[in-house]
Amino acid sequence: MLASLKRMLAVFMKEIIQLKNDRLTFAMVVVIPLIQLLLFGYTINTDVRDVPIALVDEAGTSFSRQFIHDLEATQVIRVAAQLAVPDEAAQAVTDGDYSAGLIIPADIERRFYAEAGEPLAQLVVDGSDTVMASALKALAGFPFSPGEVVANQARQGTLAVTLLYNPEQRAALFTVPGLLGVILTMTMTMFTAIAIVRERERGNMELLIATPVKPLELMVGKLVPYMVIGMVQVAIILLLGHWLFDVTVVGSYLLLAFSCLVFVFANLGLGLLISTRAPNQLGAMQMFIFFFLPSILLSGFMFPFVAMPQVAQWLAEVLPMTHFLRVVRGIVLRDAPLTAVSGDLLFLGGFFLLTLGLSLLGFRQKLD
Amino acid sequence: MSDIVIATRGLSRCFGDFVAVDNLSMNIPANTVHGFLGPNGSGKTTAIRMMCGLLDPSEGEVEVLGMQVPAQAAIVRRSVGYMTQRFSMYEDMTVEQNLHFLCRIHGLNASERRNRVTEVMAEYRLGDLSSRAAGPLSGGQKRRLALAGAVLTRPKLLILDEPTSEVDPNTRREMWESFFRIAATGTSILVSTHLMDEAERCHALTIMNQGRKVADGTVADLKTSLNATVVIVSGPDVASITPQFNAAEEVLAAAQSGNELRVILHNDVAQPEQFAQGVAGEQYRAALTDATIEDVFVVVTSEGERD
Repeated sequence: MLASLKRMLAVFMKEIIQLKNDRLTFAMVVVIPLIQLLLFGYTINTDVRDVPIALVDEAGTSFSRQFIHDLEATQVIRVAAQLAVPDEAAQAVTDGDYSAGLIIPADIERRFYAEAGEPLAQLVVDGSDTVMASALKALAGFPFSPGEVVANQARQGTLAVTLLYNPEQRAALFTVPGLLGVILTMTMTMFTAIAIVRERERGNMELLIATPVKPLELMVGKLVPYMVIGMVQVAIILLLGHWLFDVTVVGSYLLLAFSCLVFVFANLGLGLLISTRAPNQLGAMQMFIFFFLPSILLSGFMFPFVAMPQVAQWLAEVLPMTHFLRVVRGIVLRDAPLTAVSGDLLFLGGFFLLTLGLSLLGFRQKLD
Repeated sequence: MSDIVIATRGLSRCFGDFVAVDNLSMNIPANTVHGFLGPNGSGKTTAIRMMCGLLDPSEGEVEVLGMQVPAQAAIVRRSVGYMTQRFSMYEDMTVEQNLHFLCRIHGLNASERRNRVTEVMAEYRLGDLSSRAAGPLSGGQKRRLALAGAVLTRPKLLILDEPTSEVDPNTRREMWESFFRIAATGTSILVSTHLMDEAERCHALTIMNQGRKVADGTVADLKTSLNATVVIVSGPDVASITPQFNAAEEVLAAAQSGNELRVILHNDVAQPEQFAQGVAGEQYRAALTDATIEDVFVVVTSEGERD
């Protein structure tokens, strides 16, 4: 038992030395979370604002000007150009110069007072970006009453919607916890995916398996340094998320740390499994990408999980990231207690044990 | 402990259709430097890997230090030092870090570790390189490091797979001196090589060809029991008479060396000198000489090929 611990420690210290010597990997440990958080935190933005549009005002009256002004007050659109005829606006949208063209007919005021409920103006929207298009489509219900300020309008509509969490709908509150999952999946799985196959490729494995070290000792010794790195990354992301994006954790820090730890292990286990099965480092990277893309696309990081087709949901349920995102968003945004996230945590724990077990089965102390 | 350190019986290993090691039976006695001689691809490394438990035999048995391999490989590994053919230390770690890592894996405590690492670094002239990364070291330095790593735990058995490849002659001599020093302390050594001068230095040899054992025994026995005689033919232009010798049925091999032609003849040639003289002609001189391990090697490997 003591000898076994000593051998684990030996592998652990060896990994630390190699990490210290490998400046690139060491830099990636800190730089990947930094860059991804900055890049995605600022750019992944589902709040559509200040979409530049081209305007064709055929009326040119104070009525039409107030209409435009009120539309701009929604902050969804911003008039970026004034064009003369509707065809030009349509062409500008086709050319991709502007995301939409707003065409105000000469008789806008007559249309407003007509009983038939004719639309007042036309918004020609580039539908190729669905997120933006749906935001612009929502403008169709824009309430307008001339002579008043938009903000004073009583709410119109049949449903009163109350937002319980994230009432300002800040994307960062949704993105930053999600990035925690993306960054941990990326770094943890990638580092361990090459951990064993690299030793095989460089010939170190022949030396290693001729020593008394046992497979489990080797694996645990290799995993522990990355576990520490993973938790350092968690700290970096949460601190930066707090400073830069004002994301505060409303739930328990202890529970959050524990959940991250379980998730880190799930990813390390998967990385090991890849590493014991891959023929070489390139193969390991390919297998990693094969797994990483669905993790980003299906886990609910990019698109709402419940809105995905049933088959995609089943697939997503197999991915650790799907479960982690539920847990982490629950804790960070909704103060979810342990009981609420225990199911997902159990899955992650089970995933780790399964992948570790399969890795041990796949790792033979042989060269063939 | 028995005085046989490695025993194999009917050991075979196939990779698909290719038979890398074919029905190998050998015994290596304790306290000797035993050479494993054979051309590249003759199955030496595969046989060694089976002895270390790194490959499973397709058929046959291996016993190392009295224990069954692979069944008891985990225990055997504690008493066997193995130097791989390809450099297998961590290239991104320093000489000292590599040695400390191996000590830790073998469970040496801190003070033993420091002492032993200092000791082997002095013995294999690695002191000045201690804080250099292993990767950029020269071929000879890497070999010395690998040997130092293999002897760290003072193993009872040392298995060295072509330890002197890519090594300059001085380092080669130095390494062989250390093999005998190690053997004198009671460690048995199995060393594979394809170099004849190295083979000459061993106590005993097992010669491999195309996966099979073609001869084994002590170096002296191998030479005396050779089924051939060796004649040196010297004269003005030995290159011109080489084809005549190669064409003759009685000749097993003929190879030029400077102004001499070394001719290996069948034992059934009654008067080898006269026979050689006859083939060579008047202006050449033929004289009997002692067989070397190279002659043995040439004869036994060519016999293997005729099967």
